[in-house]
Amino acid sequence: MTAALEPVIGRYLHLDLEGRTHRLYFEEAGQGIPLVCLHTAGADGRQFRALLNDPEITRDFRVIAFDMPWHGKSSPPVGWQREDYELTTERYTGMILAFCDALGLERPVAMGCSIGGRIVLNLAWAHPERFGALIGLQSAAYVERYYDAGWLNHPEVHGGEACGALAYGLVSPLSPEEHKWETVWHYMQGGPGVFQGDLFFYQVEGDVRDRITDIDTAKCPLYMLTGEYDYSASPADSEAAAALIPGAKLTIMKGLGHFPMSENPDGFRDHLLPVLNEIKKRR
Amino acid sequence: MIERLAELVNADAWLVKRGRLLNTTFAIGIGDDDWLVRVENGRIEAVEKGPHVMRSWRFAIRADAETWRTFWQPVPPPGYHDIFALLRKGLIVLDGDLQPMMAHLLYIKLVLAKPREIANAGAA
Repeated sequence: MTAALEPVIGRYLHLDLEGRTHRLYFEEAGQGIPLVCLHTAGADGRQFRALLNDPEITRDFRVIAFDMPWHGKSSPPVGWQREDYELTTERYTGMILAFCDALGLERPVAMGCSIGGRIVLNLAWAHPERFGALIGLQSAAYVERYYDAGWLNHPEVHGGEACGALAYGLVSPLSPEEHKWETVWHYMQGGPGVFQGDLFFYQVEGDVRDRITDIDTAKCPLYMLTGEYDYSASPADSEAAAALIPGAKLTIMKGLGHFPMSENPDGFRDHLLPVLNEIKKRR
Repeated sequence: MIERLAELVNADAWLVKRGRLLNTTFAIGIGDDDWLVRVENGRIEAVEKGPHVMRSWRFAIRADAETWRTFWQPVPPPGYHDIFALLRKGLIVLDGDLQPMMAHLLYIKLVLAKPREIANAGAA
């Protein structure tokens, strides 16, 4: 028999968001510069499992990944059964700041993917003084709807299967099978309507095109990493956003898809380590 | 490529099992040709080239021949590896009742990707 404990610790945090108590789950490992990781729409913090287990990263960074309310092991607020879940820019921003405050994190680095990559752009615009650096994975300033997300929460369609099938296509065909299917599994486990509710932010409300030109990267460095196989936040989308932000540093990651940290951890770390090293030197 | 779709899918027991609750006929449009794919319990029982006379299908997935050729490369380039990628590029048109497609989306995606297994993919 082989057995091995990971260095990752999981805890629950009771946190007031918008005047309501939320029970939030988060995982962490390492010490040093806080690195708060934001998962993609309809998924959870497990997407960062490789980072949390990477000694080269956790040596100097306290890696923290929380599950957003309604996601993973975080509960929806009391009364959820009578509500429609919808993520908004204000709600998402408030939750990240509240989480960082609750843990007493001093100018953490925030790294988000997809919806997380979007909100990072908003953090860079609205709250640069709160963060030591920001890293946007698969960042686009806006993605117009190109399919009907209503099918993801429909009584005649199995939500887990549909969400999984959608995520499957966003993974690069070159990513290792093991991690491709782990990534799909996370999507299959999402609650009904949650992925769709996140997409409301991603494809409708969370349009940051009007503000990214005002981002001041002198106040907070902004790094962008985008996988070339992503058609949701495509390299062209990230390039268009980066072109409007003086000082933003964009790298296109060859062979990777929409979930770099989860679908191909080894391929991703080759791009992430130089960024983290640069952040360490600046600090 | 598409002529071998039934053989490729039916040889894959895992994929057939994934589609075991699907019984439908759908169309794959390649340029001007509609190919009707009849699925019974996840097995592909027929793939028939048009023109069709008074044939019914539930949903259709159509693109030009060049798009499918690129899609069926063993490792397709970015933007051509998934039907939703084609959708965002405006290279594919979906038609009909999409409920069975969305209810069996992973199966349909894997079926459509099957021709990539043919060694000389792209030459069809």
